[in-house]
Amino acid sequence: MIKRLGSTVRDGYIVAGRNMRHFIRQPQLLLFSTIQPIMFVLLFAFVFGGAIGGSLPAGVSYKDFLLPGIFIQSTAFRATQTAIGLSEDMQRGVIDRFRSMPMARSAVLAGRTLADLVRNLFVILLMAAVGYAIGFRFGEGVPAAVASILVVAMFGFSLSWIFAYVGLVSKGPEAAQSAGFIAIFPLVFASSIFVPIDTMPSWLQTIANVSPVTAAADAARVLAIGGTMGSSLWQVLAWTAGILLVFVPLCVRKYRRLQ
Amino acid sequence: MAERAVEAEGIVKRFGETVALGGVDLAVEEGTVQGLLGPNGAGKTTMVRVLATLLQPDSGSASVFGLDVVHQASQVREVIALTGQFAAIDELLTGRENLRMFGQLFRLSRQEAGRRADDLLEQFDLADAGDRVAKTYSGGMRRRLDLASSLLTRPRMLFLDEPTTGLDPRSRNQIWDSIRDLVRQGTTLLLTTQYLEEADQLADRIAVIDHGGVIAEGTGDELKDSVGGQMIEARLANAADRPRAIEALTQLGCGTPEPSASDRELTLPAPQDGITTIEFAARALREANIAVSDLGLRRPTLDDVFLTLTGVPASEDGDQQTDEYPAGERETAGAPR
Repeated sequence: MIKRLGSTVRDGYIVAGRNMRHFIRQPQLLLFSTIQPIMFVLLFAFVFGGAIGGSLPAGVSYKDFLLPGIFIQSTAFRATQTAIGLSEDMQRGVIDRFRSMPMARSAVLAGRTLADLVRNLFVILLMAAVGYAIGFRFGEGVPAAVASILVVAMFGFSLSWIFAYVGLVSKGPEAAQSAGFIAIFPLVFASSIFVPIDTMPSWLQTIANVSPVTAAADAARVLAIGGTMGSSLWQVLAWTAGILLVFVPLCVRKYRRLQ
Repeated sequence: MAERAVEAEGIVKRFGETVALGGVDLAVEEGTVQGLLGPNGAGKTTMVRVLATLLQPDSGSASVFGLDVVHQASQVREVIALTGQFAAIDELLTGRENLRMFGQLFRLSRQEAGRRADDLLEQFDLADAGDRVAKTYSGGMRRRLDLASSLLTRPRMLFLDEPTTGLDPRSRNQIWDSIRDLVRQGTTLLLTTQYLEEADQLADRIAVIDHGGVIAEGTGDELKDSVGGQMIEARLANAADRPRAIEALTQLGCGTPEPSASDRELTLPAPQDGITTIEFAARALREANIAVSDLGLRRPTLDDVFLTLTGVPASEDGDQQTDEYPAGERETAGAPR
């Protein structure tokens, strides 16, 4: 049992190394996945920021409000690339080789999601740096800032497993991409990522209030800039654990039975 | 008793309405090369995927070295390697990185994997390209890297699914040489191919597979003998003489000449004494004043076997192309003997 766990971790680590090489070998993708979130930061901070700023609680600047939200938004959008990457692998036939080898069944999936986690951390740090350049500050000290980033990264990791499943069941990378985008877009915008929820119509508030994305954005935000935590932190932790508990076994099962 | 490398009974696999395999039996002895010969869509790849644990059969059972491919799949994976129809390599990694990664996943240590990667790059003539991204490789180089990736741990059983499809003759010969080396070292091989020559060159025994079933099995010689003895092949100087040549040769009483690859060639079975038949054939053609550029006696080829068994000439592009034959021509080609 221990030995099996050990080889699963080792295989996952090797596959993750391979996927991280892919990021470096595809600079156009890396560029896109870093430029796009930076553009979102600048767009919301300078274009929409003035209009939205008025509805924020007194003493909160929109840049401070926005940055933790954008961490979640960009992480959620990038989770769709887990689906695309996996479905490209399957098209290329390299998955066939992996599946015919004496390696852990979950390693290909774990390697993919782990590599995506590392990339997410990299992009979050980069965005935080851009945030600092335009006036954003983590206001609650280093441990809270680290906790904030970890909440985002772990939530993103659980989303990656949802999209790994999308990648396994969809017919090709294009289908995976559009399925992923259709799912993630409303979730991201019907949440507290960009605006306080109480500015929304009441039916939308109801949806946004129960959304895991809102819980994640609120928790990351309170850890980053302060405020009342309420139940957001345990909500996002519960969502993250719940998603992993459901989708990891689901993905492994599907992977075993690929045709 | 030598252990069977592969033992399959009644393998059935359906994809929706399509029956890809309709009850295939197959046995491969350890240390031999078994060819699986058939056109595109015959079910060869499906069979290999079942045996390599990538697909579960709907019914029937199969084992590799006594290990059940469904219930002991992970143990089967310890002893097999698969080189598929489409090079299953990582295009964004270099050749060396590919081999190192697969080596480590085959449970080699980092150092061992590095050493094996260097050896295999050398052996497969890829040493100079080892540090280039595989995307830049030619078709032949990709296949060689793919084959090398299957040999990191010297598997007991190797599945090769159309290893040379789409390769130029030089690359094909390189792959053939590598395959012969492996066989000398005692690896058991299951090789699928749509090329008759490839099966003839490499395989000890050949199973001919068509429409999801094995329609003949034996050594190359046995299969050729099953068609009958020798054949007479005549190559006409003028294609226009063909109808008269058919008439002249039919009168010999050995059957009707079959058209071959080109419309200037005719093939006639020589059931009893080849020399006597060729003498008569030569005389018949001369008396009919038909100019012949070549007349010879030969053994049946696997092409003839294929034609006899399936009623359709083997074509390098398989089913798709034969489906496109004009109806009339196809009827001629498929006429039963």
